[in-house]
Amino acid sequence: MSAQGHTAELTHEHAVGTTKLFATVWVWLLLLTIVEVFLAYLRLEVHLMITILVGLSLIKAALIISYFMHMRFERLGLFLLLIPAMVFCICMMLIMFFPDSVRLMHLRPH
Amino acid sequence: MSDTEFEGIVASPWSGGASPFAINSKKLGMWLFIISDSLTFSALLISYAYVRLETPNWPRPFEIWPAIAKSSLMTFVLLSSSLTMVLGVNAAFNGDRKKTVRYLIATIICGIAFVGIHATEWVTLVGEGVTPWSNPFNPAAPLFGGTFFGLTGLHMLHVTIGVVYLAIIAWGFGKGKYTAEHVEVSGLYWHFVDLVWMFIFPMVYLLSVNPK
Repeated sequence: MSAQGHTAELTHEHAVGTTKLFATVWVWLLLLTIVEVFLAYLRLEVHLMITILVGLSLIKAALIISYFMHMRFERLGLFLLLIPAMVFCICMMLIMFFPDSVRLMHLRPH
Repeated sequence: MSDTEFEGIVASPWSGGASPFAINSKKLGMWLFIISDSLTFSALLISYAYVRLETPNWPRPFEIWPAIAKSSLMTFVLLSSSLTMVLGVNAAFNGDRKKTVRYLIATIICGIAFVGIHATEWVTLVGEGVTPWSNPFNPAAPLFGGTFFGLTGLHMLHVTIGVVYLAIIAWGFGKGKYTAEHVEVSGLYWHFVDLVWMFIFPMVYLLSVNPK
């Protein structure tokens, strides 16, 4: 047996997902975008607006990562290596920013 | 040790096997780059959100027509380019070189269209007198121009690099120089650029729609 044959078996070198699946994901991403633009049309209060928008964007990001970037078809180990570390780092940034921004919000005369 | 026993050890993710994640090194490298790049964009977006929420009367110059309509069109173009990219990757794994190159060219055209429409958007704002350190809408919020040009500029740079990258991959794959893995790894980069725009578009444009 050759080492190359072994690697080929370990790394799945074939197409994953069908055209129909990817088209469905694309339609969902478009629908979520339309919802976002509609919310902008309503001109909501900015703190509510940013919460909803970031929430919807996180759903879109999850769809792109799982289907377009094939994360759903990879081993669980790769997901555990990459995503929790990224989420942890982003949370650390938020910990630096949020207490300060809330404090400033209360300091400002209304 | 028999051959099958040896294979069992190598295949285990925890034994320092040859391929613990069952992906090639190029793909793992691109994933690690994407994670670090996502932190760059997160830092920019979080700091932007901070000044956006904490500045009273942040400029809101974007009209539904044409700015929001244009940026929605840009979102549509970029999402569609992601679809053609993923179909191109599938065609590459199925061994259809011609179809792959066609899909990659469609992706490149979408990328160029995105940069083109975005450039007109920049020209409009520059024409209105917005610079990275001042804007005519509210002099008390000088960071409007800096955050806008910084965020969208860095993203546009990524799209431009992506277009060049995809062009090289399409050329090499058409000639048989590159394998389907190369196409898949370039696809990862392209989808990441798309993903970042999914955050920049609502945070920069939709949060600053003209209230009138």
